[in-house]
Amino acid sequence: MDHRYDVELVKVTKRYGTTVAVDAISLRIPPSTYCCLLGPSGCGKTSTLRMIAGHETISEGDVLIRDVNVTDLPPARRGTAMMFQSYALFPHLTCLDNVAFSLKMRGVAKAERHAKAREYLSLVHMADFAARLPAQLSGGQQQRVALARALITRPRVLLLDEPLSALDPFLRVKMREELKRLQRELGISFIHVTHGQEEAMALADLMVVMEAGHIRQAGAPREVFETPASAFIARFIGGHNVLPGQSGMIAVRADRCRLGPPGDGPRVTGRVAAVEYQGPVVRVALTTEDGLEAAALLPDHDFDRAPVGPGDVATLSWPEGAAHQLAG
Amino acid sequence: MNVRQLVSPWSAGAGAAMPIERRRALPKLPNWAVSWLQVGPLAAILLVLFVLPTVLFLVVSFFDYDRVGIYPAFLLDNYAELLTTPATLRVYVSSLKFAAIVWALTLVIGFSVAHFLVFHVRSPILRTIFFLLCAIPFWTSGIIRTIAWIPFLGRNGAFNQILMATGITDRPLEFLLFSDFAVIVTYVHLFTLLMIGPIANSLAKIDPALIEAARDAGASRWQTLVGVIIPLSKTGIALGSILVFTQVMGDYFVVKTMSGGQSASIVSMLSTEIQAMQYPPAAANAMVLVVFVAVMVGFMMRVVDVRKELVK
Repeated sequence: MDHRYDVELVKVTKRYGTTVAVDAISLRIPPSTYCCLLGPSGCGKTSTLRMIAGHETISEGDVLIRDVNVTDLPPARRGTAMMFQSYALFPHLTCLDNVAFSLKMRGVAKAERHAKAREYLSLVHMADFAARLPAQLSGGQQQRVALARALITRPRVLLLDEPLSALDPFLRVKMREELKRLQRELGISFIHVTHGQEEAMALADLMVVMEAGHIRQAGAPREVFETPASAFIARFIGGHNVLPGQSGMIAVRADRCRLGPPGDGPRVTGRVAAVEYQGPVVRVALTTEDGLEAAALLPDHDFDRAPVGPGDVATLSWPEGAAHQLAG
Repeated sequence: MNVRQLVSPWSAGAGAAMPIERRRALPKLPNWAVSWLQVGPLAAILLVLFVLPTVLFLVVSFFDYDRVGIYPAFLLDNYAELLTTPATLRVYVSSLKFAAIVWALTLVIGFSVAHFLVFHVRSPILRTIFFLLCAIPFWTSGIIRTIAWIPFLGRNGAFNQILMATGITDRPLEFLLFSDFAVIVTYVHLFTLLMIGPIANSLAKIDPALIEAARDAGASRWQTLVGVIIPLSKTGIALGSILVFTQVMGDYFVVKTMSGGQSASIVSMLSTEIQAMQYPPAAANAMVLVVFVAVMVGFMMRVVDVRKELVK
């Protein structure tokens, strides 16, 4: 590769009037990376994506794509393509014409652009639906067409705005695999905005957790999960208990916690607030006397050996090394 | 297990039972009666105010007449005379010419204004103010708004005075008033709002993401307009076109007042006949006009499915 980063954000800021939506964030996305921007709603992740796409002006800072500063370029000249949350397919055009739209805008002859569009429809397994109108397709099919329409511009970076949020859970998992496959095959970078941590962990090479217009942590999903930088991250990523330790707060993974007679190790004691059966594991939530909440994810056979019910007193313990010290 | 206690056994059932009991409290009408009650009021209005008069016209159009009265008969003479007089063709051509020019002008102006209001005015308050500015003149009677042009366009009118005061011309322009020009100006003024409304309505329904998607695909502003915005607003365009077309074809007052008697409209021909108490030919004339306009509107509806816009 002859460029260092597919996308580089340098102190990018977005202001709407006096409110700061994105506050001087910097980020480097290496070549062919699946990057997920993750955060609660209103954290600035969508504004960031739209600034990269060129659909939102950048108040301050620079956006570089493959080492070229694109801050002042229109969307089509940035080498990006965007897949919109609502898919934004043109309702008056067939799937084929939707996919061929950008080629038509560039003046490509009809036969040629239709052949190309068919090729991209096959890539997303939608070749049989070429003559249909978007309204005649299911949500998942519309999304595939939107994907083909974005990819036909041969973007250097594909931008996806909550692409899976409108799909039912089963389809979401299937589409997720497909997005990852496409990204690997095409060898370009995808930037995917989501508020689902499970989705981000499943997909991302680089997971960027945002809050209140700032990037709170960026790294491989495993790194973020095992060493969350703050109590916010540990709580947002899920699967962690955030508890007071000897020096500041600690995060303990719920799947490392066990119930049972207190040993010598670290522990908390409280009353069982809820027992949830989740298939392979049982989640037991405790509330301590000081009002702290903690949970243990127990393999079902462990739970069955000493079952507890709501209202029972139980002690939650974990091995010494399972606690992760949180900063701040 | 304890889990069962957490779900209160009556919470699900109570909500579902409520509406059923409430419905039973009302006297139950058979389905056909409900349907008739729903359709009834509009059907009655249409029957009394539209179907009956039209049938009456149709019947009278076959009657015989002389200078003192009309006599029941079944004659095709009224139609034969109407369709063979050169004056009829002349009047229809003249009205169609006005309709075409006014349609083109109101379409361009109406689309531009609607586009500006929907896509360029960001503040909702400002947009409401602009919409009111378009609509308020409509609250005045069309007759007053027609006559108001006379002092403006007349030989010694405001416009000519401005032109002469600024030295653009040294003599007043004669073609401004009592001419086809004056008729068209007045029509455009009267009917542009009929275009703005339906077009603005269909433009407002366009998902802004579609315009961004077009931009993302490299479309210029013009390409976005032609390739996305116009196709998606064609139901509004058709609706506005039908309104303007039927207004111009059915006009009597504007042509009479603004052309200075130089042009005739279909309705003014009809009105002459009524003043001469020639009701059967006037009725025949009206029937031909209704059929003609209905065919034209039917053709426009074939091009664009207007119902799609009305149902949404």
